This record gives sequence, structure tokens and C-alpha cells, in this order.
Amino acid sequence: MRTSGSALLKALDRTVQGVYDRDNALEAWKRVARPGEVVGLKVNCLAGRGASTSVPLVEAICERLQQAGVPARNIVIWDRLNDDLESAGFRIQTSGGRLRCLGNDVAGYEGDLVEHGSAASLLSKTLTQTCDAVINLPVLKDHGIVGVTMALKNLFGAIHNPNKYHSDVGDPYVADVYMLPPIRQKVRLAICDAITAQYEGGPSYMPQWDWSYNGLIVSRDPVALDYTGWQIIERKRAEKGHKPLKETGRQPKYIATAADPAHRIGTNDPARIDRVEL
Amino acid sequence: MPPTDRRVFLRTVALAACARGGFAAESDAQFVREASFYEKLAYKKIKCKLCPRECVIDERERGYCGVRENRGGTYYTLVHSRVCAAHIDPIEKKPLFHFHPGTLALSVATAGCNVNCKMCQNWDISQVRPEQVRATYLPPATLASAARANQCDSIAYTYSEPVIFYEYMADSARAGRAAGIQSVVVTGGYIQQEPLKQLCGLVDAIKVDLKAFSQKFYKEVVNGELKPVLEALVAMRKLGMWTEIVYLVVPTLNDGDAEFKGLARWVRSELGVDVPVHFTRFHPEYLLKNLPPTPLQTLERAKAVADAEGLHYVYLGNVPGHPAENTYCPKCHRVVVKREGFSIDGVFLKKGKCQYCQQEIAGVWKG
Repeated sequence: MRTSGSALLKALDRTVQGVYDRDNALEAWKRVARPGEVVGLKVNCLAGRGASTSVPLVEAICERLQQAGVPARNIVIWDRLNDDLESAGFRIQTSGGRLRCLGNDVAGYEGDLVEHGSAASLLSKTLTQTCDAVINLPVLKDHGIVGVTMALKNLFGAIHNPNKYHSDVGDPYVADVYMLPPIRQKVRLAICDAITAQYEGGPSYMPQWDWSYNGLIVSRDPVALDYTGWQIIERKRAEKGHKPLKETGRQPKYIATAADPAHRIGTNDPARIDRVEL
Repeated sequence: MPPTDRRVFLRTVALAACARGGFAAESDAQFVREASFYEKLAYKKIKCKLCPRECVIDERERGYCGVRENRGGTYYTLVHSRVCAAHIDPIEKKPLFHFHPGTLALSVATAGCNVNCKMCQNWDISQVRPEQVRATYLPPATLASAARANQCDSIAYTYSEPVIFYEYMADSARAGRAAGIQSVVVTGGYIQQEPLKQLCGLVDAIKVDLKAFSQKFYKEVVNGELKPVLEALVAMRKLGMWTEIVYLVVPTLNDGDAEFKGLARWVRSELGVDVPVHFTRFHPEYLLKNLPPTPLQTLERAKAVADAEGLHYVYLGNVPGHPAENTYCPKCHRVVVKREGFSIDGVFLKKGKCQYCQQEIAGVWKG
């Protein structure tokens, strides 16, 4: 679906309704979280203003969650670092019975490693101890090492050692990290911020390579979301005369790995992805 | 875990235990210095030239080591003077057996590492970012003073991977030298040639953890490469650096006779028979808890292979009381340094020569 300016909230409603197949927006939002659950909003703020999850989008989600019965005190906006959150325009709030917003550097990490395949990490306490459910809020953008970064890669922000998992174009690390049990169990929905997207030079913000896609990509299947987003980026790269990611050595193979029989996180088969443009 | 046996906490450096999930005790700014050995690229990206990995790093991102960060197109170390572990250890614990035996080394580490060995004994400091472990500010001059105050002949850069805290190590080695304190490095040797060359001008001995003698092991278990480590060892010897090698023998993964033989032959031909090689016992840790400790017979087999290839000083480690902890004269075969664990029971050398047959014993000796 596409958004334009003030249509953001409406667009958000329509996409979430589409994902949960509900006639009523509020009913759809109630499917995201049950009463009493704490909902984490995992934003992506590494790039600061410009190529991070946008504040208006997060505000719109918070508004709808509250209308769906999730009190503000049960909503937590989180990412790796307080500095990252602030640089993207979020205000840190760690207490006071209100909506919380904090980095893992303040919340801390668990003491015991969790492992899957090539991944062994300490997980953010915000994920493990605070949140019952997580809405994954990546940004549609290119990534200089692993090709693209969207729903799967955004969960690198839940582990203590993301720097260890960029080798070999992130494959199989990105898929393995997503398989870590608390991530698999708690992430319920992905809403990719594609209002402003970036087809080259990511993950840092490079205004010469961004474009106004004016869209949201919403799915409960992070693999399908990443595959779809990847194709959007490839089309934009082709339009702008850039080589396909494969020719730059950055084909995001981890998306296929996430769909393989050993992972089964979702599907990357275009024939099985029901793409609904609103 | 950091070493716990026989450790003596510094009175002068009250460090909290290396607690995960904590926060730096001091403000971050004092630990940040512009890094050495990097190249500025277009669009504020940088390429790190410290280790062979050559990470290309976007703004606000860090390299594989997790302790060096691109801020606005300039590369910074975040761990200068940011010490997360400090202990006084016998030099034998490094292990350096041919470098001032019986002396003490003030041993320090920061967070971070440029590989990710599945058998890491210190993963909770080596595989974390600096802000994820408690640390204290310990600038080079204070470190050198602390070494003197604690009767340490040397400062040892160890526990994690000193290559990644290169700037702190280099500044501390200079401060130590000015204070009459030597510097020794305990490293995986995964470093580029230029920084290594400069480091060799500042320190007095290097112990290299050669993790295996196969690229397969380096790729699958270490997340690194063998070739640059071998090249670093050759460079150290050419630069006249006192060098010892530790080879941690991991059951089923790097414990074959062919690998032992390949290693011994390579040491003989490329480094010389006088470079000590320590075969040490593996204990299940980190991501290899499924493997048993190394059987003693395996260690003895490794030693037998290396002895047969003509290496002069082959030791067994992590087997306290074993006769292969002693140094034997390669000519008369009598014990010239007698050890029990990390203790020295007797040194039978005179000016670096066997007191029985006057054979020169390679090393850096006192008196």
C-alpha cells in the first residue's frame, strides 16, 4: 500500500486490517496484542534521522494500540542504544508509568547465551523480560554488507554481538539469529517503514540514494516481507542504473536460508506470497 | 570466564568483577581515541587496516571486534584505558616459559576480539562490546606505576585479544618502558604486518595462540584465517621478537598426528627449532561444551610428534606436575628450569646457558 502525508494512520489501519483479515481496524489491532500484554516496538534507529523508523509512524502505532486496549505503560519502544533512539527523534523514557522508550544499553542483556546454528548471543532483557509481544519496525533499505536490511536483519538489534554476524553476506547468521527462541516466539507482526526508502549506501543515511516510496510493507511473515522489499530495492536500483545486488557481491542469500527446511521462518517463493497493494 | 586460579586482585585498581549486562563505571568519552591503522573511504565509510579482516564500516557502525567505531568518517577506539580485567599472574601463566621465569606480570584486558573461537575461555569479555562489561579507567602511566608498585617486571596484554586494543597497548608499552617495566603480548596473531612491525618495536615478548594448523579449523571454529597468523609469526621472528606458541589441543577438531607433524615441520623450517611450543589441554567452554577435556595421551602424542621433528622446547600445558612442564637442555637433556604448575622450583642456568654443559638455552633470561 502507499501512503501520502496525513493518510498515514488510515494507511496503517488498512494494511493491518488486510493482514488480519478484519473488516474493522480496531478489531485487527486487537489481534496484535491481548489485554495485559506488554508490546515492544522494535524500531531501527542506527542511521539517525532520515533512514530510521519514523517517529510519526511509531506514534500512529502507539495510538492504535492504546485504542485497542494496550495502555501506554504496556508499550515499549526499543532499539540497541539510547543514543540511536535519540538521534532518530525518539525521547528516552524509562519510568513513570507511561510509554517507555529505551535502548538495550540501559535495559541490559541476559547472562546466558542462547544458540541456534551459527548464532550464539545474549538477548536484550527488553525482549526477554519486558515484552510479551513485539512489532518489528524495520526500514526499507540497502545494506552495504548483507544486501538489504528489513524485518529479519532488524532483530540484530536484540542481540549483544551483531558485529560478529555480518560475514559471508550475513548468511546464515541473519536467519539463525531470527531463530533464537524468544525472537521466534514474540515477534508477531512486521511493519516496514518504506515511506522514505534507500536503494544504495545503507545502512547509513545517504540522501543522494533515498527515494519517497511512500509505502508501508506489512506482513506476519518476515521472509515474505524481506523478499518483497528486496525486489522493490532491485527495481529501484535498475531504474537508477545501479547493478543488481548479486553483481556487487551482496545478494541477500540469508532470505532464502530463512525459508529453507532448516529454518522455515517464512516463504520466499513469490508464488506463495499473496501481495496485496492497497 | 577470566582466569580465577591464583589470581591476585590489584589493590591499586579496584575493578569490579567482569559482570555482563552492566555499564561502564566511568564516562565513555575518556576511553575514546582516534584509532590507528585505517583508511578513509568515500561517503564517510572507513576501512580498518589493523587486522586482516579489513572491515569496511559505515558511519555509526563498528568493526567485527566491536570496539572500534566509525563516527562521522573518523575511526575511533572505544577501549583506550578501559580495563575490564586486571590480575597479577606469574609469567608462566601466559605461558611464557623462556622469558624471565618466576617473575610477575600485571595482566590486563579490555572487551573485544577480532575472532570468535568456539572454545574461548574468556568469551564473556572477549565477545562483548565495551559498554556491556564493567570497566575501569586505567591510563598507561597509572598502569605502569601499578606494575612497579606490585613488583611486576612486566605488563601483559592478554585474556581477550590485545590487537583490538592496540592503541592502549602501544601507549602502555611506552609508559612501561619509561618506568623500567617490560611488555608481553598474548595474542591470536591475527594482525596486519604494519601494525605488527610497529608493535614489535615496543614490546619484549609475544605469545601466539596458534589455534590449529588447518584453514578448515580457522574458518569453522575460529572465524578467522590461518595464513595471516603464520605470516605474523614469521615476521615476529624476523624482527627478533621473543616468541612462544601455544596450541590448544581440541579433541576431534585439531588433534590429528598429521596436523601435529605439519605444525612441527613448519615451526622447524620457518621459525626455528628454538621456538617453544606448548600443547595445552582444552576444557569444555563456550560453544564447545559438548567435547571432553583433552586426554593426556593426546597431549603426549602431540609432544612426541614435535620432539621427533627436532623441536627443542615442547611443553604440555594445563597438566600441573607433568614432567613436560620443565625445560630440558637440548644437549645434555638435564632439567634447566624446573616447574610445578605456574611455580618455579629451580633455574639451573648461568647467563642463559645450561649450568651443566654450557649449552645456550634460547630465551630472555635474568642473570
